[in-house]
Amino acid sequence: MSLSPTGPAAAAETVEETEGKVIEGRSPWLLGWQRLRRDRVAMISLVVIVLIILMAIFAPLATWVTGHPPNQQYRQIGLTPDGLPMGPSSHFWLGTDDLGRDIFVRIAYGARISLLVGVVATGIAVTIGVVVGLAAGFFGGIVDTLLARLVDVVLCVPFLLVAIALVSITGPSLTITIVVIGFFSWASVARIVRGQVLSLREREFVEAARSLGAGDARIMFVDILPNVLAPVIVYSSLLIPVVIVVEATLSFLGLGLPPPTADWGGMISDGQNYYTTAWWFLIFPGTALLITTLAFNLFGDGIRDAFDPRSDQLLK
Amino acid sequence: MSNNADSDSDRPVFSSPKDAAGDPLLRLDRVSKAFPVQSSKLFRRSRELVHAVEDVSLEVRPGETLGLVGETGCGKSTLARCIARLYDLTSGSVIFDGKDISYMSRREMRPLRREIQMIFQDPYGSLNPRRRVGSIIGDPFAIHDIGSRGERKKKVQDLMELVGLNPEHYNRFPSEFSGGQRQRIGTARALALRPRMVICDEPVSALDVSIQAQIINLLKDLQDEFGLTYIFISHDLSVVRHVSDRIAVMYLGRIVEVAPAEEVFECTRHPYTRALLSALPVADPDAADRRESIVLVGDIPSPTHPPSGCRFHTRCPKARPDCVRINPELEQVFDDGAEHLTACLHPLALGEDMSLARPQIEDSEILMAPRASVKSPGGTQ
Repeated sequence: MSLSPTGPAAAAETVEETEGKVIEGRSPWLLGWQRLRRDRVAMISLVVIVLIILMAIFAPLATWVTGHPPNQQYRQIGLTPDGLPMGPSSHFWLGTDDLGRDIFVRIAYGARISLLVGVVATGIAVTIGVVVGLAAGFFGGIVDTLLARLVDVVLCVPFLLVAIALVSITGPSLTITIVVIGFFSWASVARIVRGQVLSLREREFVEAARSLGAGDARIMFVDILPNVLAPVIVYSSLLIPVVIVVEATLSFLGLGLPPPTADWGGMISDGQNYYTTAWWFLIFPGTALLITTLAFNLFGDGIRDAFDPRSDQLLK
Repeated sequence: MSNNADSDSDRPVFSSPKDAAGDPLLRLDRVSKAFPVQSSKLFRRSRELVHAVEDVSLEVRPGETLGLVGETGCGKSTLARCIARLYDLTSGSVIFDGKDISYMSRREMRPLRREIQMIFQDPYGSLNPRRRVGSIIGDPFAIHDIGSRGERKKKVQDLMELVGLNPEHYNRFPSEFSGGQRQRIGTARALALRPRMVICDEPVSALDVSIQAQIINLLKDLQDEFGLTYIFISHDLSVVRHVSDRIAVMYLGRIVEVAPAEEVFECTRHPYTRALLSALPVADPDAADRRESIVLVGDIPSPTHPPSGCRFHTRCPKARPDCVRINPELEQVFDDGAEHLTACLHPLALGEDMSLARPQIEDSEILMAPRASVKSPGGTQ
């Protein structure tokens, strides 16, 4: 760095070399990201996740390359003369299903559903959970008692039974799937947040904010919320794969999206009838689901290691 | 200044010294604070009260530093939080600049927050670890909606310079500063709104000694520059002696002695104050051997069931039967000036050797066990 024409030499002592440059603080997020970047498994998982996301976004590209729309049934060229699915070939890369549809294209489109449900339902769960947890922990007293009991109730409800009952009333749809999963997943988030807030609200910086005249809303969202975000992010990164599996489960049970929508759970469900004659019908959608959930889980583990102050990564 | 009429006692709560110029900035009139604690034993649930602060009356004059000392758990910090209205009072009143703020709502308090500020004990806990220093110090401006974004940043950087921080560290996080620097951040935040009174709740006790001096000097300089009034809380007597104009000594939620700083040391009246002073380390080992050392017996009694009468009687070497019954009020004793008030029925005379004193009350009345525990040469009866 060249010597810039600065003022008196006395001041130069305290001024660091970064003269003129804005000194950036190293935020806890930045530190966490730096730790995460050194985690090879997490970074590979991240790459896989990005690829899956790209696959979902550019699913029409699969149709463009192969020339097969996801719901097009190729009864002449896609089925054997006995009417059975055809194995992987240069024409149908991952084979066809029982109706002669291209499994590769359907997997690409199915990624859209899985990711959409995974992200949106997790988003709903986290939003409700954070708000309920903040309110319960911060206000305490009767509010806390009521909300904590509500959490207990939600955790007690046999989720799958309610989901089956609800879908049989309303009929299967994307919205109902997302809402059901989101509604039954927020309770654990609320518990985590509440526990954190209970200890945070006794910290002196909350008292300091109050002594400056800050109101409840400001203290909750400006002072406390940033401090509970780390565990919430860790938890949601581990919640996404769970939600994806739950969505697949619902589809597998015939409670997911109505056919002919391409989605992984439904494909696995159809494929199980053919596993002796057409393994690709079951294996490829199953592998897609496995890789996706595995990538999210490993990435979530990485995030936890990077942001959890108790993880031994910090000691290195 | 006549709004303490609701106090039904006929006795003057505080005899205002005549030589003190003008009205006090802050008046506490019989301030009490009790916290409910619940102890439940399966089926029996009892609600008890912890009397953290009881009947505290004090005055703080503009521009002075009032030191508040006492053991851990004697209610110093609770009193501070009552003054700053972070806690609601149980009874009594706090009068700031002629306005009774004791039962103001949070909304009514808002404008007053600008005038009374606090510096906290824990430089780690009092700063939000997830926020940048610039926004922490700028918080007061954001909360009170002062200035535009650009103006705030300028003000924050001015403040940082004022307390001896590099303004370019605006974007850093609290974890990137040392303990002393963090206390400077807390100080900058407290001074942002140019308050008239700053309550320093053990501002240096979490710092090591070399840093303590820096922070104390900073506080002194700021006081000179802005004419601040300090309430300086500490359990460290030597620090309090250094900074305070007057000192109030607390024991178990009550003020036992108030006097100008030097008088507390030179002309100690209350046995508790004497015991506290005797615990001060002395640099000269010979002097340390010669001076009386008073070791109080037992722990502080539980503030849930404070002792009757004088609260110190369970541990006081000079306890007499009347101490158990009568609760002494703060008043002038012997020929002390109007500035020197003591709450003791049997105060110490100048030069009295307390190490020879023995409590003269029934054992059943006091909680402590062996009498010979007051350390003295050949001190058996």
